[in-house]
Amino acid sequence: MVTSVTNPGRNGLYDWLLQRVTAVVIGAYSIGLIGFLVLNPGLDYETWKACMGSLPMQMINTLVLVSVLLHAWAGLWIVTTDYLTRAQFGNAATGVRLVVQMLILLLCLVYLLWGLVMIWGGA
Amino acid sequence: MSIRTVTFDAIVVGGGGAGMRASLQMAQSGFRTALISKVFPTRSHTVSAQGGITCAIASADPQDDWRWHMYDTVKGSDYIGDQEAIEYMCSVGPETVYELEHMGLPFSRFENGRIYQRPFGGQSKNFGEGGQAARTCAAADRTGHALLHTLYQQNLKNGTQFYSEWYAVDLVRAGDGKVAGVIALSIETGEVVFFKSRATVFATGGAGRIYSSTTNALINTGDGVGMALRAGMPAQDMEMWQFHPTGIAGFGVLVTEGCRGEGGYLVNKDGERFMERYAPNAKDLAGRDVVARSMMMEILDGRGCGPNGDHVMLKLDHLGEEVLHSRLPGICELAQTFARVDPVREPIPVVPTCHYMMGGLATNVDGRAIRLSGGHEGEDQFIDGLFAVGEAACVSVHGANRLGGNSLLDLVVFGRAAGLYIEEALRQGMEQAEPSADDLDQAMSRLRRWDASEKGESVADLRRELQETMQNHFGVFRKGDLMAEGVNKLADLRERIASARLDDKSQAFNTARIEALELDNLLEVAEATALAAQGRTESRGAHSRYDYPDRDDENWLCHSVYDPKSGKLGKRQVNFAPRTVETFQPKVRTY
Amino acid sequence: MKVSVYRYNPETDREPWMEDFEVDTGGRDLMVLDVLAMIKERDPGLAYRRSCREGVCGSDGMNINGRNALACVTPLSEAAPGVLEGRKPLVIRPLPGLPVIRDLAVDMGIFYEQYEKVQPYLINDEPAPAIERLQSPEERAKLDGLYECILCACCTTSCPSFWWNPERFLGPAALLQSWRFLADSRDRATEERLDQLDDPFSLFRCRGIMNCVSVCPKGLNPTRAIGHIRSKLLERAV
Repeated sequence: MVTSVTNPGRNGLYDWLLQRVTAVVIGAYSIGLIGFLVLNPGLDYETWKACMGSLPMQMINTLVLVSVLLHAWAGLWIVTTDYLTRAQFGNAATGVRLVVQMLILLLCLVYLLWGLVMIWGGA
Repeated sequence: MSIRTVTFDAIVVGGGGAGMRASLQMAQSGFRTALISKVFPTRSHTVSAQGGITCAIASADPQDDWRWHMYDTVKGSDYIGDQEAIEYMCSVGPETVYELEHMGLPFSRFENGRIYQRPFGGQSKNFGEGGQAARTCAAADRTGHALLHTLYQQNLKNGTQFYSEWYAVDLVRAGDGKVAGVIALSIETGEVVFFKSRATVFATGGAGRIYSSTTNALINTGDGVGMALRAGMPAQDMEMWQFHPTGIAGFGVLVTEGCRGEGGYLVNKDGERFMERYAPNAKDLAGRDVVARSMMMEILDGRGCGPNGDHVMLKLDHLGEEVLHSRLPGICELAQTFARVDPVREPIPVVPTCHYMMGGLATNVDGRAIRLSGGHEGEDQFIDGLFAVGEAACVSVHGANRLGGNSLLDLVVFGRAAGLYIEEALRQGMEQAEPSADDLDQAMSRLRRWDASEKGESVADLRRELQETMQNHFGVFRKGDLMAEGVNKLADLRERIASARLDDKSQAFNTARIEALELDNLLEVAEATALAAQGRTESRGAHSRYDYPDRDDENWLCHSVYDPKSGKLGKRQVNFAPRTVETFQPKVRTY
Repeated sequence: MKVSVYRYNPETDREPWMEDFEVDTGGRDLMVLDVLAMIKERDPGLAYRRSCREGVCGSDGMNINGRNALACVTPLSEAAPGVLEGRKPLVIRPLPGLPVIRDLAVDMGIFYEQYEKVQPYLINDEPAPAIERLQSPEERAKLDGLYECILCACCTTSCPSFWWNPERFLGPAALLQSWRFLADSRDRATEERLDQLDDPFSLFRCRGIMNCVSVCPKGLNPTRAIGHIRSKLLERAV
């Protein structure tokens, strides 16, 4: 068994499930959003704002935001462990990987806060 | 010269079924055991065994009895199989097969959950009186593969130390003749090491590559028998080579006897099921020697198939797609790959092909190598420290003709038996022979000779000539003058091989050096075969002579013993004294 | 026909190189292994593994015109279109993703280590009966398509996930064997086996690329086996 401390779910199955569940959320949301746009051809800013500002949509948007970030983190974590390895970087691989992973994580956190401000910030 | 030495309680040379069954036994009881194999163990030739392992586990027929199996085996051997050894194999067989099953071997099954058994050639119920038996336990048509992988897995589990891709060069013997281990070379690095051990087990398999057409793997070069002969040790029944009736014509790839067991049959160019004429009762399931000879008669009488009339056909299409795909999936694959025919629709072109060496290093049931002395029962002396199991050994359970499915049984029964004996001997304080520097030096001489070679003929050319000589002069049918010619050619080849050249003397993965070393062994086995075949002036089992067409029990109801030091052929008594059953007396052998 | 063979001898070559041979096959649709043997007669130094020459021992896995295959059961006509007719060269390289020892012989060490990690043997500590353990034909049928693996490494060395993480991803061959024992009605170590696989790499690095399925010379399907193991893990967890 391979041990790892940086992966999102701390175990293979949860990582895998996390990616799938978040993908379903993102997929469903995308379809819903496209449907909304198709059904409202002459959409103006006021209608859009009213819709997005409603409590149910605020909750849904929060869920989607979290899903996108978890999905991105899980996916990019895998990318780093596939490509930033000993084969490319020799002994420096661990350091390179850790730095890149931390950067990605930081970016995700920034996006999370920024997104929450947008969704719940009112105005 | 100095050479690195590694020390073990026991070493096994050869990673096929017999070697791995022996090493497993010893590893399980905690002895330091090394297994030296020139290929990764699952690449050994056992992997190619198809049809099954014959054993009276009374699954297909609850009445089945190991004594019936024993009777068939004695008859199959044309009465020169040792009855005590056959009795041991057939009676211990069920236990060893159950052990394999418990280890995880994926046998095919009957509806009631028991191991599937299919009919094979030479099998009968009730001492030949009760018709065809179905006694061959099978894992589809990949039994050897399943068995070999299972044994490898168990060896992993039990901590056998593997030296994969190490090639044993020669035996190391102390001055008093006791075996002290082997010199072996790492194929990957070229390093040469002395494997020192209290017990050395040869499980090096057969030597089918002495013939140009064979079902055997390219690695079957008789290394163990070659090493022993070079050390001046005798070999027994070397004239007895089995030609398997169904090798794919032109390729030599084996098609299992299980095809005929499942209901397939052979036809000539007229579409006639000709075995009905040669063996009215058993038909296509007569002994392999009988079927192979019948096929050759058809071909020689002009009833062969194909533009050159040089093969016959194995018909399977009447069995239906479902049976073929579930019981014989591997055969369907091989037929399509090599003969480019689909057995579901068309017959497979087949021809008798060299398959199995019944002879080898004489051993007792414990696998102890025998230094043949006066040649009389009870006078056998043993070579201390040396054991042989499997095809390299001649226990002898196969005599002049092996029955299908008995080789896998031989491997596991006697691999296990040797392991059990060595375990006990080690516990009792079996001694380590101590070779001198000179003894080691002698074992290195062959390596040095090749490494110093500069001129001479190429290994590939000499090997081809040797194989053709054996094929043309010592085939299914043999004749005195033709064999004499062959013997002369081999003598000439011996001189030329002694001065042949090795071009590549590098260290890393030098397969050219391995092939050169193998050529020496092929020559030893070929010469032993030739001289034994020339010496046995009768026809018995697989040894069939035009000039002596009949069995001669008066003079030849015995083993032949080839002595490499004198080049002479001696005799050794067959054991007719089983412990728990009445002796099976020689009878006329018909199927 | 032209045959282009990967050459590397650690004692004389600083780098690997491709050597071209002209081979006269007489238009026959030989197996690739036969062609290699013809070359080896001329150049005995050419190193490659071979044993059974009938596709059951798994020795001669190599990369033939870009595709992993067993040389002994790959006829020229199937190596690539145009090879048999001599319009295109036959290009033979070692299996990718493993260190080369010499020419076409690769170091299989890591491949075997990954195989050993899945505990590739039946585990059942219950006392064995006096005869065989019974198994119905249906239970036994679950092992078809699994036990036939010959450990040739064609699948594992064609798998990008294995190229990236050879030490951490077990690879298709080992996982197929893992499922072979999980699927065996006689095995009793399901939990232990699953525990060993439930990390982000050992099993889950399979991305369903399915190169393994397309190259397996025995027609086996490791991707499906991996899917079965994943379902078992899921079943246990939710």
